[in-house]
Amino acid sequence: MHTHKVSASEQALKVFFYTVLTIGSLVCVLPFILIISGSFSDSVQILQKGYSILPRGFSLDGYRSIFLFPIQIIKAYGVSIFVTGAGTGIGLMVMTLCGYAISRSELKYRNVISFTIYFTTLFSGGLVPWYIVVTKLGLKNSIWALIIPSICSSFYILLIRNFMKTIPEALVESARLEGAGEFRTLLQIVVPMSKPILATIALFLALAYWNDWYLASLYISKADLWPLQYRLYNILNAASKIASVGAENFTSKILPTETQKLANAIVATGPIIFLYPFLQKYFVQGISIGAVKG
Amino acid sequence: MRKDSEMKKTAQNQLMKQKKGGVFSELNRHKTLYVMTIPALCFFLIFSYIPMMGVYYAFIDYDFGKGVLNSPFVGLKNFQYFVSGGWDAPIIYLTKNTILYNLVFILLGNIMQVMFAIMITTIVGRFFKRFAQSVMLLPHFVSYVIVGTIAYNIFNSNYGVLNSMLKALGGSGISVYMIEWIWPFIITFFFLWKGTGFGMVVYLAAITGFDREVYEAAKIDGCNLVKEIRYITLPMLKPTFIMLVLFSLGGIMKGQFELFYNLIQRNGQLFNVTDVLDTYIYRAMTVNFNLGTSTAAGVYQSVFGFILVVTVNRIIRKTSPENALF
Repeated sequence: MHTHKVSASEQALKVFFYTVLTIGSLVCVLPFILIISGSFSDSVQILQKGYSILPRGFSLDGYRSIFLFPIQIIKAYGVSIFVTGAGTGIGLMVMTLCGYAISRSELKYRNVISFTIYFTTLFSGGLVPWYIVVTKLGLKNSIWALIIPSICSSFYILLIRNFMKTIPEALVESARLEGAGEFRTLLQIVVPMSKPILATIALFLALAYWNDWYLASLYISKADLWPLQYRLYNILNAASKIASVGAENFTSKILPTETQKLANAIVATGPIIFLYPFLQKYFVQGISIGAVKG
Repeated sequence: MRKDSEMKKTAQNQLMKQKKGGVFSELNRHKTLYVMTIPALCFFLIFSYIPMMGVYYAFIDYDFGKGVLNSPFVGLKNFQYFVSGGWDAPIIYLTKNTILYNLVFILLGNIMQVMFAIMITTIVGRFFKRFAQSVMLLPHFVSYVIVGTIAYNIFNSNYGVLNSMLKALGGSGISVYMIEWIWPFIITFFFLWKGTGFGMVVYLAAITGFDREVYEAAKIDGCNLVKEIRYITLPMLKPTFIMLVLFSLGGIMKGQFELFYNLIQRNGQLFNVTDVLDTYIYRAMTVNFNLGTSTAAGVYQSVFGFILVVTVNRIIRKTSPENALF
């Protein structure tokens, strides 16, 4: 009798959990459906009746306008792909080298170096001095302005260091006895064993570079060098831009309609949505490792 | 002659090696390892340490053409605008907004993540479990530009979802972008929307790491689900929770710039309740081209934030040393 009662309340609790999780999932996914259906809607109907979950008057006009003159979007894709590829590649390399070095216990000044890196998260000069340094390096309106300023993160370096610390010292020692130099030890022993953390950080980096519009907003004024997200940002804010910047870039074009804006949003998110199921698996693995080891 | 000096050198080197503390011998012995740190150290030198010296800009009337040394020194003039105006001074409402938003984000964010993690672990159905987890992680993958778009498409007064629903129900539309008090809720909502799924995974990892036997034993002793959560899961999550909260407290003066900026943009009407130090500094620099004020606000943010972190850390070290940040 007693146990039965308990399981009934437990059942109720489980139903409650299922309900909350369902609502949570819906809240997370509905906005995406809204954007997707909006991008397939008829712009006149949206202006009259507003957005809805199902497309209003199915139309491909939003996408047609992008693919009629695809040169801009292709350029933006090129910039985004290059920035993501180069940034992730170089960043991972620089951080792996440093993380490996300071994970080695025989390195006497490893803690000094670690603190030098950690201290940058505690205190900074702020936006303006940072902006001026990047400008003085001549990076303005260069594609490297989208890559170099965020190539290293102290947090990621320390994560790599912590992971590599858990690799048994004996393995590194034996590689040394066989006559392997530091680089060889790193490449053939340590990197293969650190694959989980390195893959995770590569994903974090790639996502950050792909979604970045901030660096572009600070350093890039040439439209040819706009990455996808910044292009999207400008399309979405076209109306207010006209008011503030002046008509220079926009007079010749008609303002994008709401459906065109949304189609652009879908195109800019594109690859991530396709890669999502694959990426998600690694993300979950990666964060778990970070949580256990970090 | 040359041989002589070379011999001297090697003798010196050996002497240095014997003296264990020699900086050069240490650098020399692990040459390759130190070389490996150079690219990263150069990065932090250029993009973090050199800008720290740029704090000086806050005290001069910086002119791009004239350079640092030729720009006139103006003392605290750049801080004037930032601190003047009594209780309406930017420094007051910006500090208040920045700290309050971040506190809510950190606490509510972690609580939500714990709650959802616990709920997901109690679910038995594999399919539903995986579905819920995947869908809730999805917002983490889109840019803040998209988040801004979503908010606009829901709340704008012409064809936003909210208003078209209200109109369909026979009501009249509301201009959400003019209502001040509602924005802290909207901003917090989108913060949770974007971050809960991602943060949840950390707690999920912690929970799956717990010893199953404890749960088995509790079940045999007649422990039900509520008691399990109350007396096993929550206490065991406490260290992770405290660690994550403390870790984020370090950034309480910074953060979430993109969230605020993309939701609000330049809608000056809402700045009273939505402006934080990061957005103020960004606007002062890029829109108003006021480098002095912007730097001054940045200096305040850094110094105040630094003092805050050091104080918090000191308190933690006294109460629970194992959680201290440094």
